[in-house]
Parts: sequence; structure tokens; C-alpha cells
Amino acid sequence: MSVLSVRDVGLSFAGVTAIDGVSFDVGPAELLAVIGPNGAGKTSIFNVLSGVYRPQRGSVRFLGQPILGLRPHRIAAMGLARTFQNVELFHNLTVLDNLMLGRHCHFRYGTPAALLWLGRARREELAARAKVEDIIDFLELAAWRRHPVRLLPYGIQKRVELGRALAMEPRLLLLDEPVAGMNLEETEDMARFVLDIRDELGIPLVLVDHDMGLVMDLADRVLVLDFGRQVALGTPAQVQRDPKVIEAYLGET
Amino acid sequence: MTHTDRKVRIWGRPLLYTSYAQDMALFDTRAKKLWCGGLVLFALALSQVLVDHTLELLATALVAAIGAIGLNLVTGYAGQVSLGHAFFLAIGAYTAAALSGDPAGRTLGFGVTNLLIWLPAAGLVAALAGVLVAPLATRLRGLYLAIVTLGLVFLGEHVFKEWDDLTGGPGVGRPAAAPELFGWRLDRPGPLGSREQQLYLLVLVVLVVFAVGARNLARSRIGRGFAAIRDRDIAAEVMGVPLTRYKVLAFGVSSFYAGCAGALLYTVSGGYFEAGSFSLLLSVQYIAMVLIGGVATVSGSIAGALFITLLSPVTRELPALLPFISGDSTQTPNVFQVETVLYGLLIIVFLVFEPRGLFGLWLRVRTYWKSWPFSY
Ligand SMILES: Nc1ncnc2c1ncn2[C@@H]1O[C@H](COP(=O)(O)OP(=O)(O)OP(=O)(O)O)[C@@H](O)[C@H]1O
Ligand SMILES: [Mg+2]
Repeated sequence: MSVLSVRDVGLSFAGVTAIDGVSFDVGPAELLAVIGPNGAGKTSIFNVLSGVYRPQRGSVRFLGQPILGLRPHRIAAMGLARTFQNVELFHNLTVLDNLMLGRHCHFRYGTPAALLWLGRARREELAARAKVEDIIDFLELAAWRRHPVRLLPYGIQKRVELGRALAMEPRLLLLDEPVAGMNLEETEDMARFVLDIRDELGIPLVLVDHDMGLVMDLADRVLVLDFGRQVALGTPAQVQRDPKVIEAYLGET
Repeated sequence: MTHTDRKVRIWGRPLLYTSYAQDMALFDTRAKKLWCGGLVLFALALSQVLVDHTLELLATALVAAIGAIGLNLVTGYAGQVSLGHAFFLAIGAYTAAALSGDPAGRTLGFGVTNLLIWLPAAGLVAALAGVLVAPLATRLRGLYLAIVTLGLVFLGEHVFKEWDDLTGGPGVGRPAAAPELFGWRLDRPGPLGSREQQLYLLVLVVLVVFAVGARNLARSRIGRGFAAIRDRDIAAEVMGVPLTRYKVLAFGVSSFYAGCAGALLYTVSGGYFEAGSFSLLLSVQYIAMVLIGGVATVSGSIAGALFITLLSPVTRELPALLPFISGDSTQTPNVFQVETVLYGLLIIVFLVFEPRGLFGLWLRVRTYWKSWPFSY
């Protein structure tokens, strides 16, 4: 059974068509890449999936449940995590607190327990902290733990954002241009993390990026968009050979 | 992770943590523990050395600190600018005064003088008002929210002026809540000393409880949720923080603090209050406390409240020194106008030179001494 299934989704903004009839599935532990020129609708798809935009038509099922029309926090609680194209961290919080925030949906204690910091609140916070430390180890963020994120270099911020999404213990992870603006070394680190997430943690991913080398190396399948329309969907090898893709996208460069 | 359960602190390395519990404790360093303990002891000792008049002023400042912490929760932590704090203080003050008032008196009273009843009740009624107002915050942001909450103050002022039965009417007023604990009247000389000494000790205890509560809340999932909706609301929602519920919660908790502060405020200072007390000036005072003390810090809120409250007896001396400033609010320029201008100036000076407020100044001093004699 697929983790995510998107059927004929269409979204437009006052005349601008952002997504026009896109359908795809994401399988368990699959890495699906979404590529396309600027303005092709990649980020819009992420916004639809995470509940920020509501499409005019189509349907989306996540873990078998329809999710269109749900508030973003409900979808998050179901286990859908994402990063943003332009880093959207909580700038005044430390790395640690940003990651702890990622665990928001996993806490059960309420306001009274929080005020008193008794029993349940304390226990859950400590357990969450241990989980977050695992992620800090995994992403090699230990050196930055207590820094407010606004003071960190861009490449590290991207990594913290990935950590915050991982802290949600997601069932599906959406990464919007995780290596944009990174140097070669940072890109390689990120690629390694992405592979580890799929292979070791077994979390399926949808990855948007303009770095063709990275996409073709990592992805199990590739979805190609152009002006919101679905141009191709297949393995990297199939997609690279597809004349429509070459015309619409690879041909330009 | 193997060290999670060990609670030893290795001698000679006071900043070395050996467990997450230690790292996440309320007082995560020994220095903090000593400082806070020392301050509380010092505050207790003050009740024995200061004269009653000064104690009354200090007690007022401590009550203001409770209100300031409340405002800081909604505005500093959760980022929802509120100019309506005076309104919630008023609701607390009137709820408590009415509950504990004399049933046979001139103004509304139910005779429930037990402080353990009217104090939480004042907080809860104010919190309810906060929760009712909060949905506005989900539709409005920034300046618009500030203006709408400002409207609350005007609305409240009007209602309190008209509702003579509750407030005693403009220029007349009514007695504040009577603090009684199982038959023991704290506003009369008793086992713990004079009226002022007893009330001071009472509000000191209440402040410590409320401050610890706020600190706990701030470091919990709820405090992080507040910070998240303040810094980036869309991302917060995508990370699973329900926006509406958290804004409602922020207003609710903040108003609870305001309600309790309002209930105690006039009990401590004078024992009598008047409908005109809850004006925009009062809201501005609390904004000043938060901004001058330090946004999104509990200790800053307390420092700010002390600063602003202790400033006013100084400004009230002005008419004696500068004859052109009047002590009468019907003349211009008067001390109240001077105060408003002074708050404004202080806010501007702090925002420009030290946006972290008094808390930031303290951080600077601390860093300076820590690194002394090196300059960085
Ligand atoms: N909130 C919005 N309001 C109006 N138009 C929008 C909005 N969001 C996206 N669009 C439009 O939808 C189209 C697709 O945008 P989208 O951001 O999804 O592209 P993208 O594929 O992510 O591009 P890039 O590679 O530049 O990130 C664009 O034409 C864009 O202008
Ligand atoms: Mg994009």
C-alpha cells in the first residue's frame, strides 16, 4: 500500500494555474524526486500536502486517510513532516528548542502539568530530550546545540530544519530544495543524511531540487513538472531518456 | 544516554552536566539557584527592616510583577501585542472586590472573604474574558490587534463608569478585596506583623508561585508553541502547533495572571479603588514593564515591574521641585502626563540601545565579569 497517493490535483490562484492535474504515489521507504523549472508548482504541491493550500480539485490520501481540508497541525499530527524552500526555523529559539518543537505532537501533557512541571510533563520532556539528542548526533549538530538558530550559517540552518522535521518521527518527509545554496561539501553531507533517512530510518521521502546530479543519484523515481502539468513520472533512467522531459526541462539548459 | 539517571555533579566543574534532567532543571546552574534563593531571602528580610510605607510600595510592585509576567506571556512569549491588559486587571479587581465585599454594603458584595476563593476566581473570570477576546487574535495581527485590544480598555472604562452598583461610580470607588485566610485578616496587624508586613509577605509568596509557574510554562511544550507562533505562524502550524488554540491559551493564561494581579493590587495599596484607575495609562505602564524589563523573560518582567512602580513616587515629587508641573490631573502639564511621556521615552531608549531590556543589561554585566580581565 502506498504511503501517499495524490490524484488529479489542481490548484490555481486568481487565474494563475499552479498545479494542473498531478497524480502520483509514494511507496514505503521510497524516495520520490520532484523536478521542474522555476514556477513549475513544486512548492505548491508541498503546500497542498501539508495543508497550507487547499486545491480546487483532486484528492490526496495519506496513510489511507483523505487529508484535503484538514488543518496543517492535524496533518502534522498524522506524521507528515516537511522542510521549507526558504528556511522557516523559529529564529529566536536554540537548535535544541527548535528540535524539541518538532516533537510537539508527541507530547500528551497539558497546561496544568506544564505550570507545575510535575510527573508527566517532566517525564515526557526528558524522554523527548533523549530522542532529540539522538537526532543531534545523527545530523552532527552537537556543536550548535545551544545557539539561537538565527546566528547559524545557512548550511547549518538547513540541517537544523531537517532535524526539526525528523524530530516529528514522520511517516513521510517532504524536503523542499534541501541543498539549494550549499557548497559541494555541504551538499554531500546532506545527500548522505537523505540516504540514511530512507535506508536506516526507513522513512519515505519526497525531494524537490534543482541539482540534477543529486536528484538522479538519490531518487528511486522522478516526477517532472512544467507549468503545473505532469510531464513524466518514472525511474531516473526512464525520465532522462523521455523526449518530453528533454524538451520541457533538460533541453533548456 | 548512559548518564541519564545519574545526578552527580562533578566537583570543580559546576557547568558540567551529567544528565538531561540536570540540564533541563529550572535552575540549571548552581549560580542561578544561589541567586534566586538569595533574592527570595533578601526579599523576606526586607519585610523586617523596611518601614511600612516602603513595604506597601514594594508590595504593589510585586503585584505589578505578577501582571507583567502575564502580559509578557501573551506579548513577549506568544507575540500577540495586547494593549488591553488594564481591562483584564480591572475584571480581576472587580471580581475579587465583589466576591469579598460586604453584602450589606453600598456596593455589590457576596461576603466571600477567603482569599483562596476570590483570588483564583478573579483569575478565572479574567481568563474567561481573555479566552473570549482571543479569537480576535486569530484574525488580526500586529498593529490591528493592538488597536482592537485598546478598544477593550475604552469599553471597560465606559462600563465601569456607568455600573455604579459594582464600582461605586466615578470619583467614589469601592473597597478592594478583603484578604482573609481561615479567619485571619491579613490586612490587620497580626502574627506576622503590621498590615503592610503581612500583605507584603502574602504577595511575595504569590509572586514566587506565579513566577515559577510561568518559567515552567515557558520551558514546556506550551512555551515553545508560543514562541513558534510568535516567530513563524505558518511553520508552527505545519509542525503541529494548533494556532487558534495556542493564541486562545496565551490570552487565557495571561489574563489569569492579570486577573490575580488586579485582585491583589488595590488590596495591597490603599484598600480602595476607583473606576478611573483602569485607563490606557495602566496598560501602557505594563507594556513599559515588559519592554524595559525584558521581552520573553520572567525575571525581566519582575525587574521591569519594580522599576516602573518605584519610579512613580519619584515622579510624584516633581511638582515640589519643578513648580510648572502640576500635581492635579486637570491641569497641564501635570505629573501624570510627565509619567506617560517618561514611559514612552524609556521604551524608546531601551528599544534602541538595549532591546533585551534590564535583563539584557544584566546579561552584559554577567558576561563582563565572567570574562574579566579579558575584553571578549
Ligand atoms: N500564494 C500564492 N499566490 C499566488 N500565486 C502563487 C502562490 N504560490 C505560488 N504561486 C504561483 O504558483 C506557481 C508555482 O509556484 P511554486 O512556488 O509552486 O513553484 P516552484 O516549482 O516551487 O518554483 P521554484 O523552483 O522557483 O521554487 C507560480 O507561478 C507562482 O507564482
Ligand atoms: Mg519552490
